[in-house]
Amino acid sequence: MSAELAEPASKIELPAGVGGGGEIPTFDVTLRVRRYNPELSEDATWDDFKVTMYGTDRVLDALHKVKWEIDGSVSFRRSCAHGVCGSDAMRINGRNRLACKTLLKDLDTTKPITVEPIKGLPVEKDLIVDMEPFFQSFREVMPFLINKGHEPTKERLQSAEDRERFDDTTKCILCAACTSSCPVFWTDGQYFGPAAIVNAHRFIFDSRDDAGDMRLEILNDKEGVWRCRTTFNCSEACPRGIQVTQAIAEVKQAILSRKI
Amino acid sequence: MTATIDSPRSGKISPQYRRTGGTKGNFEMLAWLFMRLSGVVLVVLIFGHLFVNLLVGEGIHAIDFGFVAGKWADPFWQIWDLTMLWLAMLHGTNGVRTIINDYAEKDSTRLWLKIVLYAATTVIIVLGTLVIFTFNPCPVVDGVPLPGGFCPA
Ligand code: SF4
Ligand code: FES
Repeated sequence: MSAELAEPASKIELPAGVGGGGEIPTFDVTLRVRRYNPELSEDATWDDFKVTMYGTDRVLDALHKVKWEIDGSVSFRRSCAHGVCGSDAMRINGRNRLACKTLLKDLDTTKPITVEPIKGLPVEKDLIVDMEPFFQSFREVMPFLINKGHEPTKERLQSAEDRERFDDTTKCILCAACTSSCPVFWTDGQYFGPAAIVNAHRFIFDSRDDAGDMRLEILNDKEGVWRCRTTFNCSEACPRGIQVTQAIAEVKQAILSRKI
Repeated sequence: MTATIDSPRSGKISPQYRRTGGTKGNFEMLAWLFMRLSGVVLVVLIFGHLFVNLLVGEGIHAIDFGFVAGKWADPFWQIWDLTMLWLAMLHGTNGVRTIINDYAEKDSTRLWLKIVLYAATTVIIVLGTLVIFTFNPCPVVDGVPLPGGFCPA
């Protein structure tokens, strides 16, 4: 292809200050990041970073700016940057949220914005925690379809109402915002935690699944659903808006009605 | 706004995350159910108790040794108070057991707190039950009724 075919530059003259990012207001924010590096020190400290951000920016953008332009050693997880992969749950101003779904303008920018790792899981570095205990209890509820019938030749059909029954809990992205906001989990790491129960709920109430009883038996454990104190922290923390506490209550009810 | 958290734990998985296999039995489920049911019954029992003792008739001014003696002469109030004692004690004990489970961080702390709790519960329940059933409004020592007693004329 010849260079002539490239789109010509725009002929429209724009007055200075109009168009581009110039229209979006900018402001200064201070990001107060919890730093921890076990290779340097056993203690965690707070680091302040002052950055100029736009009104459309999210906390994740501010973290990027810090990492790319100020201090490359700041460590955090992120992948999709659009709220679907669940890698960047962190404690922002004391509440669990996804950094990629939290707009800076929605926070109080007159004060430093605190960013910490989620609580209750071992911190590896800065904002990165070890998710293994979280996934361990997720695996224990068998989060996959178990069907005892014959393998069908086409897809397993289900009525719209049957699908609706567990629709809410299909939305989970395993970000751990709920489990790490739960005060019971903070002191008892053995507790299954909201996320595992949400993902068990997704299969327990699926009409195509045959292992509901097994999952209910697993969650009838000392560290299962009865550990829930209905604090509602999980429902508040969930970035997907899942009614987590309600899902837990439904599992409690299902266990009760099967036992009694 | 600024929340302070403890220094994070180091990178290795803390031993508390190693699962120790499931527990069999329905104890936690029954405890959970008991809390709900006893709670409902206690609301009726306690407000009935307060109403009869504090509001009916002369109300609070009528309460004295004789009033209690009169109530416990009636098997209805004996059963009422006995149910209230047992349900309130077990309800409260289970609540505190839960709080200990939630907040005690060391196994030994948890064990000791629970031993104290269960001992206190047992003493109070046994003592209370004993009083309700062996209560004697007119104690007589050497053929002389003790002062303050409530003896039939
Ligand atoms: S239930 Fe919500 S908060 Fe919990 S892991 Fe799933 S998406 Fe995250
Ligand atoms: S980076 Fe994927 S959810 Fe935020």
